[in-house]
Amino acid sequence: MIRLEKRPQPSRAWSMATPLVAVIATMIVGGLLFAALGKPPVEAIRTIFWEPLFGEFSFYYRPQLLVKGAPLVLIAIGLSLGFRAGIWNIGAEGQYIMGAIFGAGAGLAFYPSDSFLIFPFMVIAGAFGGWIWAMIPAVLKTRFGTNEILVSLMLVYVAEQFLASVSLGLLKNPEGFGFPGSRNLQSWDAAHNAELIAGTGMHWGVVAALIAVIFAYVLLNRHMTGYHIRLTGEAPRAAKFAGVNPTRLVLFCLGTSGALAGLAGLFEVSGPSGQISIDFNVGYGFTAIIVAFLGRLHPVGILLAGGLMALTYIGGDIAQSNLQLPAAAIQVFQGMLLFFLLAFDLLTNFRIAIGKPEVA
Amino acid sequence: MDLSAINPVLLIASLMVAATPLLLAAIGELVVEKAGVLNLGVEGMMIVGAIAGFATAVESGSPLLGFVAAAIAGAALSILFAILTQFAQANQVASGLSLTLFGLGLSALMGQSYVGIKPPQMGDIHIPVLSDLPVVGPILFGHDIILYFGIALTAAVWWVLKYSRLGLVLRAVGENHDAAHALGYKVLKIRLLAIMFGGACAGLGGAYISLIRVPQWTEGMTAGIGWIALALVVFASWKPWRALLGAYLFGGVTVVQLNLQAAGVAIPVEYLAMSPYLITIIVLVILSADKSNAPASLGRNFHASR
Repeated sequence: MIRLEKRPQPSRAWSMATPLVAVIATMIVGGLLFAALGKPPVEAIRTIFWEPLFGEFSFYYRPQLLVKGAPLVLIAIGLSLGFRAGIWNIGAEGQYIMGAIFGAGAGLAFYPSDSFLIFPFMVIAGAFGGWIWAMIPAVLKTRFGTNEILVSLMLVYVAEQFLASVSLGLLKNPEGFGFPGSRNLQSWDAAHNAELIAGTGMHWGVVAALIAVIFAYVLLNRHMTGYHIRLTGEAPRAAKFAGVNPTRLVLFCLGTSGALAGLAGLFEVSGPSGQISIDFNVGYGFTAIIVAFLGRLHPVGILLAGGLMALTYIGGDIAQSNLQLPAAAIQVFQGMLLFFLLAFDLLTNFRIAIGKPEVA
Repeated sequence: MDLSAINPVLLIASLMVAATPLLLAAIGELVVEKAGVLNLGVEGMMIVGAIAGFATAVESGSPLLGFVAAAIAGAALSILFAILTQFAQANQVASGLSLTLFGLGLSALMGQSYVGIKPPQMGDIHIPVLSDLPVVGPILFGHDIILYFGIALTAAVWWVLKYSRLGLVLRAVGENHDAAHALGYKVLKIRLLAIMFGGACAGLGGAYISLIRVPQWTEGMTAGIGWIALALVVFASWKPWRALLGAYLFGGVTVVQLNLQAAGVAIPVEYLAMSPYLITIIVLVILSADKSNAPASLGRNFHASR
């Protein structure tokens, strides 16, 4: 008889190994899924994981890795702080949208000035937009005990409607011949989040993501607030006795993750995307949840997981054009990854014992 | 703007239709939460139910068969959640989220060849005399069978939870799983069944959207209804009849804002479309002060340790 025995301490080795095991399991089951869709499974997996890095056109895809990975890492770092403390912000998508709208709006208010202050101002406005949007669930939770999961998620739909509204109204390009969408920030130097080194994909968002990783690492390992976050997550009762202020923690975690998601939105709208439009958001806010868990809620892990997830995005695009693999198949693939990760996590906390249990 | 174009009788009749998917999903989740499990995957199970029901109805020509398939698909997906949380002891919030993300992708994949197709019509029941009554007829006696099934299900769940032994055991598991285990109840088995019931209900709700309410298939068509259903359970403070009331309230908001859009009110369409979500938040704020009815073991995993 197979049964589970709780480990006295979570296994560190398994904690490190589960993401790898989960990726491998996802590749196998994903391959079966692709085969079921009538696509060559090995070829499809190779296209997704190998082609962007070492394939014929990798000089084009490698920079894309940074472009796609940066927003994922930036958002996931913020989410991981809250997730560790049991504060569930799952509305990062909405905060990302609001960051983009606030940031782009703040810049466009000064069009066509060419002051060097425009871009820094947009960055601050973008972070503020995400922060204020995350403050809604935070304040409602601390004041009224409202569930932050539901509120932050509802606000995603509100933000999407707001995005549609501003791209058809407030921020619409007055010289856009009536098409929806704002002015293109890429063609306005003062507001353009251009590549810092041409051809590398390195833009300010990538820099911000790396800073966020370092910041989160120091915070969690060397700072009192980080200690409180970990304590609240691992032993809520102990945290209460130790005098951790839950209100401050909720405000800090949701606020930080909102601001980081807002930053990600701003760097995206002023750089790779270029303009506010109805379909500006592509679900980074939700994929970042997978990234956060895949990275074990650890800053360095998230950096790696963000890279891997960016790889599946790019590889998915290639597989879509080369093998006609449907875009939704990649979405299933990413969702599956989280499933396997959660399932294999069992091995971190439990030992599988075989044999008959003793009678107590 | 022409508000006189809004017919109150049709408004109430369509309100009931708009409320039904919410009601079905919320009643299912209510039972799941009563058993002490928080399944945040309602949205994912709904959308998979929506496409499974739609595809089956189109292929077989029978909407009723579609609903059966939707319930099975929803329950099947919920088993994944049950494996993660009940067997693998994974965090319920994370597992529910992953179920939703996975379900959204899976439904998009399944639905590729069904975009823009009209499903077979599910006829409204017609009772001679009663259905032809003015005002009362279209509101009470002129709907499809699933709508009545939703109301009947509410009554059944209410009765089972309140008066039957099964309901008592379910509630015991949800209030204190250690005590229930000590009494010899199979906590995991009861929770598994509750989760599957919730999945089947969510699947039905999803199929109601794609087969009756809209009726066609578009990607992501549930548009947060699964999440509103979760909020509805809190709103109802885990009482079936209040879930019915809440569903009709939210259905009413949706229908009224759609009617206002059509009537060309001076409020921009986007702001009207936000209103159901904003109202959900407001209602949550008003009602979350009182959590006394929440099952005490809600969201906590059970592992029979020795």
